[in-house]
Amino acid sequence: MGVHFEDYDVAVIGAGHAGCEAALAAAGLGFKTVIFGVNIDSVANMACNPSIGGTAKGQLVREIDAMGGAMGKVADKTAIQTKLLNKAKGPAVYSPRAQIDRRRYQSEMKHVLELEKNIDLKQAEIVKILTEMGEDGIPKVTGVVTHLGAEYGCKCAIACTGTYLKGKVIIGEYSYSSGPDGHFPANALSGCLADLGFTIIRLKTGTPPRVNRQSVDLSKTEPQMGDDMPFSFSFDEDAPQNEQLPCYLTHTNQRTHDIIKANLHRSPLYNGMIEGVGPRYCPSIEDKIMRFADKERHQLFIEPMGSDTEEMYVQGMSSSLPEDVQCDFIHSIEGLEKASIMRPAYAIEYDAIDARQLKLSLESRIVDGLFCAGQINGSSGYEEAAAQGLMAGINAARKLQGKEPIVIDRSEGYIGVLIDDLVTRGTREPYRMMTSRAEYRLVLRQDNADSRLTPKGYEAGLISEERYGKFKEKMENIRLEIERLNSTFVAPGAKINELLESVGSASLKGSCSLADLLRRPEISYNMLRKYEAEQNSDSIPKELSFREAEQVEISVKYEGYIKRQEMQINQFRKLEKKRLPVPFDYKKVTNICLEAREKLTKIQPESVGQASRITGVSPADITALMIFLSSQENNPEGAE
Amino acid sequence: MKYHCEDTIAAISTPVGAGGIGIIRISGDLAIEKANKIFRVINKRATEKDTVARMSSHTIKYGNIIDPNTGEYIDECLLSVMKGPHSYTKEDIVEINCHGGYAVMRKILSILFKMDIRPAEPGEFTKRAFLNGRIDLSKAEAVMDIINAKTEASRKTAVMQLSGRLTKEISNIREKLRLCLAEIEVALDYPEYEMEEDTGSSAMKLLTEIQKILADLSDTFYQGRILKDGVKISIAGIPNVGKSSLLNLLSGYDRAIVTDIEGTTRDTIEESIEYDGIPIILTDTAGLRKTADLVEKIGVDRSYDAIKNSDIVIFMADISEKTRAIQSQKLLEEIKDKFENKIIITVLNKCDIEAADTAEIFSKDSVKISVKEETGIKLLLEKIKELLKIESIEGNQTVITSERHKLLLDRASNALKKAQESYSNNLPLDCISYDIWECGKFLGEITGESIEDDVMETIFSKFCLGK
Repeated sequence: MGVHFEDYDVAVIGAGHAGCEAALAAAGLGFKTVIFGVNIDSVANMACNPSIGGTAKGQLVREIDAMGGAMGKVADKTAIQTKLLNKAKGPAVYSPRAQIDRRRYQSEMKHVLELEKNIDLKQAEIVKILTEMGEDGIPKVTGVVTHLGAEYGCKCAIACTGTYLKGKVIIGEYSYSSGPDGHFPANALSGCLADLGFTIIRLKTGTPPRVNRQSVDLSKTEPQMGDDMPFSFSFDEDAPQNEQLPCYLTHTNQRTHDIIKANLHRSPLYNGMIEGVGPRYCPSIEDKIMRFADKERHQLFIEPMGSDTEEMYVQGMSSSLPEDVQCDFIHSIEGLEKASIMRPAYAIEYDAIDARQLKLSLESRIVDGLFCAGQINGSSGYEEAAAQGLMAGINAARKLQGKEPIVIDRSEGYIGVLIDDLVTRGTREPYRMMTSRAEYRLVLRQDNADSRLTPKGYEAGLISEERYGKFKEKMENIRLEIERLNSTFVAPGAKINELLESVGSASLKGSCSLADLLRRPEISYNMLRKYEAEQNSDSIPKELSFREAEQVEISVKYEGYIKRQEMQINQFRKLEKKRLPVPFDYKKVTNICLEAREKLTKIQPESVGQASRITGVSPADITALMIFLSSQENNPEGAE
Repeated sequence: MKYHCEDTIAAISTPVGAGGIGIIRISGDLAIEKANKIFRVINKRATEKDTVARMSSHTIKYGNIIDPNTGEYIDECLLSVMKGPHSYTKEDIVEINCHGGYAVMRKILSILFKMDIRPAEPGEFTKRAFLNGRIDLSKAEAVMDIINAKTEASRKTAVMQLSGRLTKEISNIREKLRLCLAEIEVALDYPEYEMEEDTGSSAMKLLTEIQKILADLSDTFYQGRILKDGVKISIAGIPNVGKSSLLNLLSGYDRAIVTDIEGTTRDTIEESIEYDGIPIILTDTAGLRKTADLVEKIGVDRSYDAIKNSDIVIFMADISEKTRAIQSQKLLEEIKDKFENKIIITVLNKCDIEAADTAEIFSKDSVKISVKEETGIKLLLEKIKELLKIESIEGNQTVITSERHKLLLDRASNALKKAQESYSNNLPLDCISYDIWECGKFLGEITGESIEDDVMETIFSKFCLGK
């Protein structure tokens, strides 16, 4: 057969957003790592929208950074517009988003990989994962094979195959085997995964057309500017002063809708050519028009793809209609009448696995040492992929270190919500992170991602001593300032009442702590600082950084809600702490319903909490399970 | 704490002394094996193989109960077998339909209790049904209520709950909450899209509506509690106005000793009666007067306690003598002062020998009765019913009877109140959404849909302590 090349600790299959984080994490923890991309010009390719972040996704990027991942830093370097979304809707949903120079992001990330001494970046399609039977009867990863027959030994492999597995691009009546963005597909590996025992599912996603800016009449659109205040995803660095390029808003109209309706029979989504399940939250334009028939127009954002290209992305226009129909409907839109389409919109179908065959560490339960991350697990989005890649990389390294995996739970981060949802509930459509999926989102904020996760990143070994020191200092500054706000009182007086009146807040009758003042919706932390500075300039405590001030303000302002949520979290942790034996023979628990027993047997939850979130497992089943376990505890010899 | 009892239990599951047939229920792993030992099939073609152990699930056989130790014939009966998990408790169940005589049933039970089977605690079959996942929490509580139902009306309420009406009502409310949340969530997760202008205000409208439903449902607790536990009514008045006679009349037999001697009733006496499905716990009290008699004094103190603890006070006066009527009026004013907000019905007794100008001392809505002639009693009972505002429970209204349900409904309603407060205080939508989520969580705890560890503990402790 093949020729044996080098041996590695970790082999990463796929060099997209998941693969890059996985490789960097494993390598960063000292393991010799190889990462394969079908085409290494497409390392960290942004095959869809040229932006990173947004609701829930922005939180994910900040968490990735807090854990020591790379996405935030690379995005900061290559951002061409930054914006904090949802500023009026509350701190839990403040969501950073950046428009990214797509090409620069790729080359920057590729460069980061190249510079890492423990990483070898190689262009190759992996066609096979080699295994040998372990003593426990579970096959164990031993290596990977490229399409050229080269064998690389490895102790752990991380599959981050994106939309490449048996990728099929569909545009109208035409379809062809292809990866995203015109790259080669990976047609061999999903057969190998199926042979290893994975359940293969078929998913679908899509992307809108790209147009040339020169052909667009931007004067007919509304420019959308970024924020004036610079922003960074990374906690580690100061916000860069990047250029801020605008996006442009326009709308579909009746004529656009008529064109689409008249050509619906040519849409592969409606004529049965597409078998994969597409995402409901990110529908194609034909879907939107059919499902929301009474809506007169839909928004479209025209976004720059970079600062040295005229190519622009038409957000909201994802479609799989034939190219001629695309031309017609694009030209029906204000500002796009003469638009030159550089790349048509397309739908892409691809193979993924049923993520319920994974553990919470993202290692599969059926092949020892094989981890999966990103779209292969049914997720969608760069940020979701990167988050999983990071955790898979860390946990592959932990496995090689002989340590317990690091699992972030639902109360600690969106990363935890994401992985738990995928692994526990599985998904039938590409899974996108949303803030409403996080039941503890008042605690899982973008501003405090470091306080939640940097200690874990440090424990894993991805946070340097220096950065950890700075982090601890920051936490201490925040703690002291909150303490000071609670213990510093303001007496009623002309000055303070003048301030309060000026912002429409009730004047002070009795003395009141600064914290209480800050809890008033009209009062900001900056206002208080300014007031204090005017009052007595000698005893002003030291100025906090923007990041510190942000956490102080949110922690104090929403203290009531945050405390309630924390109580909720304590409840949640109790059930998470009730560990379940894995593997466990659920046939022994006679009092649970058949469906629940099948699901529990298949998913093998690691805690009672996780079990309770499995669809098809009712509270009654959980009660029965807990009763069974406690009766076993009381009567251990009763267990056969 | 041990949640699961693997032992086998048995009990008489029909009311003692009622009806010609009594049922003994056995549940647990040993049910079939042990029943096998005491049962002989009667059938002309019966063979060795015709035994309980070989019966298919959900079949019934005719036979004799024999004491296996003595071979003594006890009774003839019908025996049915329901194998777990397809049974009420999800365990193996054997039911013996025998002749209802208490002695016969006791005898059969005593034989069973000699064979590693123990007596079931009240409600234990239901407890097992719940613990084994056969019924949800709200249904389990309903079964407990049925077991403990004091009256026909409370039984009906419990049956309604068992049929899942509360569960249905709650899930309707939860559906509304979900709609409301969805509206807010979409605005939070899709900020770049144009949504309805005022996400908040339309959601708030819906929330106000939901809060009203919750408050109304919570308010039915008063009614529900009365249906379940009965309304407490004390009969008070100066000595010898006929309080004990009224109690006796209402309860239908001579429970209290009646004499013409003032101060005969030295202690409070309780009696349960039922009127039109409403359980009433009547308390006869010692006549209220200043007394030097130590025993009587204690009685008087207890009378005041009884008044304090009752939902309604029947204040009784004697209108056959003007001076005593005036005395009564004075006491009535004292009681009114002492117990503000207490519902008091003034009853004027001995209207058959009414003295002139006496009834006018009391207010017009007083009820005139004669215990001796048994007149005006129906009027009095109707008056009580009217004051309780009990609607017919045959109607479509869901009535809650459990304290736990009321507590959770109030918490849910408070969460929505907080949402409204936060909204008017300009707090952001993410906080408001949390309040709504919390409201849904509390409602889920009623039906057992949310699994919060504390709830589980509460449930376990509640069911394990037994009754």
